[in-house]
Amino acid sequence: MNLILFTFIVLLGFTSYYFGRKKAYTIQSTKKRLTALPQFYGYYLAIWCAIPAFIIFSLWAIFEPSIVKLLILSDYSNQGYLDDELNLIYEKTKALSRGQFTGEITPFIEASAEKYLSLRSIAQSSKVVIVLSAIIASVAYAYKRISSNSRTREPVEKFLNAVLFTASLAAILTTVGIVFSLIFQTIDFFKVIPLFDFVFGTHWYPAKAFVRDSSEALDPTMYSDTFGAVPIFAGTFFIAFIAMCVAIPIGLMSGIYLAEYASIKVRQYAKPLIEILAGIPTVVYGFFAALTVGPFLKELGTSMGLEVSAESALAAGGVMGIMIIPFISSLSDDVITSVPQSLRDGSYAMGATKSETIKRVIFPAALPGIVGSILLGVSRAIGETMIVVMASGLAANLTLNPLESTSTITAQIVVILIGDQAFGDPKTQAAFALGMSLFLVTLCLNIVALRVVKRYREKYE
Amino acid sequence: MIKIKAKDVDVFYGKKQALFNISLDIEENQVTALIGPSGCGKSTFLRCLNRMNDVIDICSVKGEILINDFNINDKGCDVVRLREKIGMVFQKPNPFPKTLYENVSYGPTIHGIAQSKQEMDEIVETSLKKAALWEEVKDRLHEPGTGLSGGQQQRLCIARAISVRPEVILMDEPCSALDPIATAQIEELIDELKKEHTIIIVTHSMAQAARVSQNTGFFHLGQLIEHGSTDKIFKNPDNKKTQDYITGRFG
Repeated sequence: MNLILFTFIVLLGFTSYYFGRKKAYTIQSTKKRLTALPQFYGYYLAIWCAIPAFIIFSLWAIFEPSIVKLLILSDYSNQGYLDDELNLIYEKTKALSRGQFTGEITPFIEASAEKYLSLRSIAQSSKVVIVLSAIIASVAYAYKRISSNSRTREPVEKFLNAVLFTASLAAILTTVGIVFSLIFQTIDFFKVIPLFDFVFGTHWYPAKAFVRDSSEALDPTMYSDTFGAVPIFAGTFFIAFIAMCVAIPIGLMSGIYLAEYASIKVRQYAKPLIEILAGIPTVVYGFFAALTVGPFLKELGTSMGLEVSAESALAAGGVMGIMIIPFISSLSDDVITSVPQSLRDGSYAMGATKSETIKRVIFPAALPGIVGSILLGVSRAIGETMIVVMASGLAANLTLNPLESTSTITAQIVVILIGDQAFGDPKTQAAFALGMSLFLVTLCLNIVALRVVKRYREKYE
Repeated sequence: MIKIKAKDVDVFYGKKQALFNISLDIEENQVTALIGPSGCGKSTFLRCLNRMNDVIDICSVKGEILINDFNINDKGCDVVRLREKIGMVFQKPNPFPKTLYENVSYGPTIHGIAQSKQEMDEIVETSLKKAALWEEVKDRLHEPGTGLSGGQQQRLCIARAISVRPEVILMDEPCSALDPIATAQIEELIDELKKEHTIIIVTHSMAQAARVSQNTGFFHLGQLIEHGSTDKIFKNPDNKKTQDYITGRFG
C-alpha cells in the first residue's frame, strides 16, 4: 500500500515538473523573458510536491504508532493494570492482528485486535487522503504563483543545498551514534572493572567470565586479573610494527621508483598492478597468512632449529605489511609526483645526480606527505582484523618474540562477540572498552596524518 | 674571446624539430641576450648548453657545442662536471624547501668543494654577497628559503648558482615573475656578475636585452635569424624580421 502511494507521489512529482516547465514555455512564447531556465520552473513545482509529502510521511511515521497504542489502551484504563502489563497487552494485540499469536486468546484481546486493525486501516486511508490533497493543494498554489518574474532558481538551489547537507549529516550522525554507543557500554564496563586493572593489568583471559554461572551475583574482585589489556595492546602494536617494517621500506621504494625512475610505459602497468593488492579482500590475505606463510615459516624455523608457532606474529604481521604496501606506495608516489618539476630542474642544473636529487631535495620536500601516508598505513595495521584472527592466534601472550603467537585488540573483540551475547555482562562490555580504545588510537593517528598531509598541501598549491 | 661555440645544432622533441641548424658564438665575460617570440626555441637552445634537455625523455640534440673547445655533446662528457661549470637560473624562482644556508651550500656539498665547515661558511657568505642578498638575510640564514619575497628568492637562486664558481651562467627569463624593482636589482646584479662569469640570458623584454647585454641573438620559429652586438641588432639590424620584432610589429 505504502509502495503504491510512494510510486504515485513520484509520478505526481514528474507531472508537476512537466506542468511547471510547460507553463514556463507558455510564458516564454508570449515573448516575456523568464528569470530562470524553464526546467527550473519544473524543478520548483516538483519540490512543492516533494516537501509536503515528506513532512506528512515523517509526521505519520512518528505519531501514528503512539496514537494507535493510546486509543487501544484507553479501553483498559481504570482497570488497575500496571504499565508493564499494558505494554504486554498491546504487544499481544499486535501479534494477534498479524496472526502470529500463540498463547491463549482472551475475548478482550480479540476485541482489541479487531479495533487495532480497523484503526490501522483508518490511519492508512486518511494518510493517503491527506498526503494527496496536501500535494495537490501545494502544487496548485505554486503553479498559480509562478510567473515570468517569480524567483525559481534560488529556491531550487537552496533545496539542493539542503538535500546535500542532509546526506553529509547522515554520515556524521552515524559516526556520533557509534561513538556514543561505545561510550555508554565502556562506562558500564569500567563501573565493574577498575580502569587501572584494564590499562595496567598484564593478564587477559576473558574466557574466565564465560564460565561464571549467570545466576550468580557479579563479583568484581573475581575479574581483577581477567581484563588486563596490556598483552593485547602490546600484541596489537607489535604486529603493527612488524607490518610496518615490511610495508614502509617496500612501499616507499616502490613509490620512489614509480614516481622518479619508471618510464611512462612501466608506470602505466606497474601502478595498477600494485594497486590490485589493495583490492584483495582481507579474508584472502588471512588464509594466505594462516595456510601458506604460517606453515612455511614454521617449517623454515624447524629446519634451522628454531621453535616457531604455526600461528606466529611474524606471519600475520608480514602478510599485513604486504597488504599495506599499496597504500604507502601509491600515496607516496602521488606525493613525490606533486613535488614541482622546477625543484628537480634546480637540483639537476646544479649538477646533482638523480639519486642525490631524490635524497636531498625531493624526499625532504615530500616528507610531510610521506609521513602522512605512513601514519594512515599504521592506523590500518592497528585496525586490521581478519588477518590477525586467522593467522596470529587468539591467546593473548605478552611476548616480544615474533615467532610466538600473540593477539590483538581487534582479534579479541571478535573472540568476545562471536556467538550469543549476554548484554550487560562485563565480558561483552570488554569488547566495547577495547573498541573504544582502538577507536581513540586510530582517531589520533588519523588526525595527525591528515594534519601533516594538509600542511604539505598548503605549501605547494 | 669566444667561450661557447655552437655548430649546426638541431633539436628534436620526438619527431618535431624545434631548432634548425643553430650556429652561434658566445663571448667570454659578456652578456648575451637571446630574444624572440614565444615558442621560437631560445629556451631550448639555452637548455642545450648545460644538457638540461637530457631530463626530457623525448628530446634529442644533434650538432656540436664546444665549451672551452670541448664538445659537450660527446659521449665522454661528464654531465655532473659540465653543470658544475655551467650554472642555471630559472624563470620562476625555485629555492629548495630548505634553509637559506642549505640552499647555497647545496652545490658545494654535492661537488665536494668545501673541506671544512668554515670554508663552507665562507662560500655561502661570498655567494650571498655576490648575489647582493647578504645584507638582507645574514641574520636568518637558517630560516627556510621559501619564506623570502620573489625577488629575494631569485637572488637566492643566483647565489646558489654561483656558489660553485661556474664559468657560465644561463638565465631563462629570470625576471619574468618579478616586479620592476626586483627586476632592476637583478639587472644590476647581472652587470656585476659578468666580470667573473659569462652570462647568457633569455628574455622577453626587449628593453631588458638592450639594457643588460652586449650581444644579442634573435630567434624565430626555431631558427637563429640574426646575431651580433646588441647595439647593431637594436639600431641597425640586417634582417627585416629582426627589425619588425624589435619595433614591435609582431611577436
